[in-house]
Amino acid sequence: MSTTDLGMPGLPPPGRPEFPPFPEAAHDAVRDERLRGNLRHATHTIRAKRARAVAEVSDWAELREAGRRIKDHALRHLDRYLVRVEEAVTAAGGTVHWAADAEEANRIVAGLVKATGEREVVKVKSMATQEIGLNEALEAEGIRAYETDLAELIVQLGKDRPSHILVPAIHRNRGEIRDIFRSEMSEWGRPAPADLTDTPAELAEAARLHLREKFLRAKVGISGANFVVAETGTLVVVESEGNGRMCLTLPETLISVVGIEKIVPTWRDLEVFLQTLPRSSTAERMNPYTSMWTGTTDGDGPRVFHLVLLDNGRTDTLADEVGRQALRCIRCSACLNVCPVYERAGGHAYGSVYPGPIGAILSPQLRGTRSAIDASLPYASSLCGACYEVCPVAIDIPEVLVHLRERVAQGGEVTRGGNRVVLRPARGHGAERVAMRAARWAFGHPGALRGGQRLAARVRRFRPRTLPGPGRAWTGTRDLPALPAEPFRDWWQRTHGGEEEEK
Amino acid sequence: MRVALFLTCVNDTLYPDTGRAVVRLLRRLGVDVDFPMAQTCCGQAHYNTGYRHEAEPLARRFGEVFADYEAIVTPSGSCGAMVRELYPRLGERARAEGRGDTLERVLAPVVPKTYELTEFLVDVLEVTDVGAYYPHTVTYHPTCHGLRGLGLGDRPRRLLQAVRGLDLVELPGADECCGFGGTFAVKNPDVSAAMGADKVRNAESTGAEVLCAGDNSCLMHLGGTMSRLRTRMRPVHIAEILASTEEDPAA
Repeated sequence: MSTTDLGMPGLPPPGRPEFPPFPEAAHDAVRDERLRGNLRHATHTIRAKRARAVAEVSDWAELREAGRRIKDHALRHLDRYLVRVEEAVTAAGGTVHWAADAEEANRIVAGLVKATGEREVVKVKSMATQEIGLNEALEAEGIRAYETDLAELIVQLGKDRPSHILVPAIHRNRGEIRDIFRSEMSEWGRPAPADLTDTPAELAEAARLHLREKFLRAKVGISGANFVVAETGTLVVVESEGNGRMCLTLPETLISVVGIEKIVPTWRDLEVFLQTLPRSSTAERMNPYTSMWTGTTDGDGPRVFHLVLLDNGRTDTLADEVGRQALRCIRCSACLNVCPVYERAGGHAYGSVYPGPIGAILSPQLRGTRSAIDASLPYASSLCGACYEVCPVAIDIPEVLVHLRERVAQGGEVTRGGNRVVLRPARGHGAERVAMRAARWAFGHPGALRGGQRLAARVRRFRPRTLPGPGRAWTGTRDLPALPAEPFRDWWQRTHGGEEEEK
Repeated sequence: MRVALFLTCVNDTLYPDTGRAVVRLLRRLGVDVDFPMAQTCCGQAHYNTGYRHEAEPLARRFGEVFADYEAIVTPSGSCGAMVRELYPRLGERARAEGRGDTLERVLAPVVPKTYELTEFLVDVLEVTDVGAYYPHTVTYHPTCHGLRGLGLGDRPRRLLQAVRGLDLVELPGADECCGFGGTFAVKNPDVSAAMGADKVRNAESTGAEVLCAGDNSCLMHLGGTMSRLRTRMRPVHIAEILASTEEDPAA
């Protein structure tokens, strides 16, 4: 098994062998006026709605703390709960498969679909299957996967990449969606009406009619799950559109690919998350559709059920004492919606199906920090803390970001593929390391610091508008501050703490 | 009460006026304030950029320099949060890495007695009217580490509202980060600049003459953006507003 790059979620931009580092991708995004407008509108709207939905709940802080504890408990005893899930699902008539990485998961799912003799599947929106690139893997086996979530459909028809966890087409506006429907739907099935406008009702109706044929024809459904209840082996999918309910009940065979961190011990634990998840993600008190199923039931729903439990870097992440809290994530995307960096850079800049603050701590842990994008993600934050504030399971994202910066800049021991390995510092941090060490030395010698300050004061008249080299990153958009005639400490000493001046 | 001013390396080097303002303000309120000359930097930039081990000796120096004071006051929400929030973590991690509890023991006493300036005024001195006079229209930007790290809440606004002559106007999107973020400003310059420009535009829309905040690092970024965008506003640290009086007005 490879030790890094376990499954490359999504695809790099056209003509690029791999994703560019975050600052490079963001450079173009911040200049895309339409993208900025779409994102600003969408994130500010959902941000305000979420704040209202959360403010209604008097015991929100307690629910958040309970969510944190339930997840931490489940993760600490994951070995036990995973075995419990396998026993319960098997007893209820399902079959459990274990996938160490993306490749293995894809191979298992493709094999299961082929065994049915079918060439197409309908899909419930699922982050796990995005993460492993399942659609592309199925395509390579001659199996067509139809996304049935409205936003995923827009992304799939537009040959695009998702840019948000909950609203994968958040970067598109109505006009763009209409254009995609009109030009692409006929390639995949029922075409959009020729006179389709960009009103939400018409767009939704076009999607509904297009998807209905797929729902009624499909013999195999593929899903993820928001939660797996260990005590009974029950899977839970929370959704808004009803497409999930169709995919989970109509096909004869259902295959669910679920990350091993999705386990909660008991049904009672759902009480917490079914309150915090909808309010955090769609700002709804309760989501329209909550589907729960336990194995198979004669005469009701799929007759064959497979659960593929996916590791793909999760056990390695669990081994890290600071970083493991990222596994508490319930994929609500509240952190994306409040993030000022996400709002301006857009989801694609994160080079992963997990964008935004949570993506910046999840991707470099699941995939490792070797690639340019993964080594740059921990720095894709101003550490403003808005993400931590809204997280319904209290993931201290800034803490993990700083922890991962240390891993990138300094290297150190990590777990990859179940083995302890020592990482070398990432490339490109040499000058920074020297500068940090020099600054530490100067700050350890106030005399040296003072010498530097006085030198600066002496050359204060020379205040360039632009700096060369790395300094350009500052002066490209901002003027430098004026240097004072003397640092504070000189004034303090010269005037005996200002007393000379006050006389 | 023996109070030490922890000015921060940025203020010491670039913004001595802010330091002088804090001294003047605290003396006016009857506080005996000292500036221990051995102080340098809290180590925040090192820590937040991923150089925790380089931050440790700076934290230890801080603990030693300020050990004997009853209170440590700093005109920076960000450096205040470094001490209060992150110093305990530094000590814990050092111990977890098998390097003993020396760092933890040096840091433990200074953590609870470190106050950001507005916190010290409102919570310790229990004043909101500091006798200031500042006849200008001002909008206030709560900086992230003061707002979310230290939980300063409405303390700065209460202090500003009590300043005679000052007209405080709401800043739209006040809680949003200005985009400075320490080394973020140069590691992600495009996003940082976009955030700064949006903040400046919001500030300009208020019609205020002055953008006030409690962190000069954020104001350095915003002030640099303002002058590059040729706006007519100016950035002013809250200490300079609170220190200003009719007899001794701020520039």
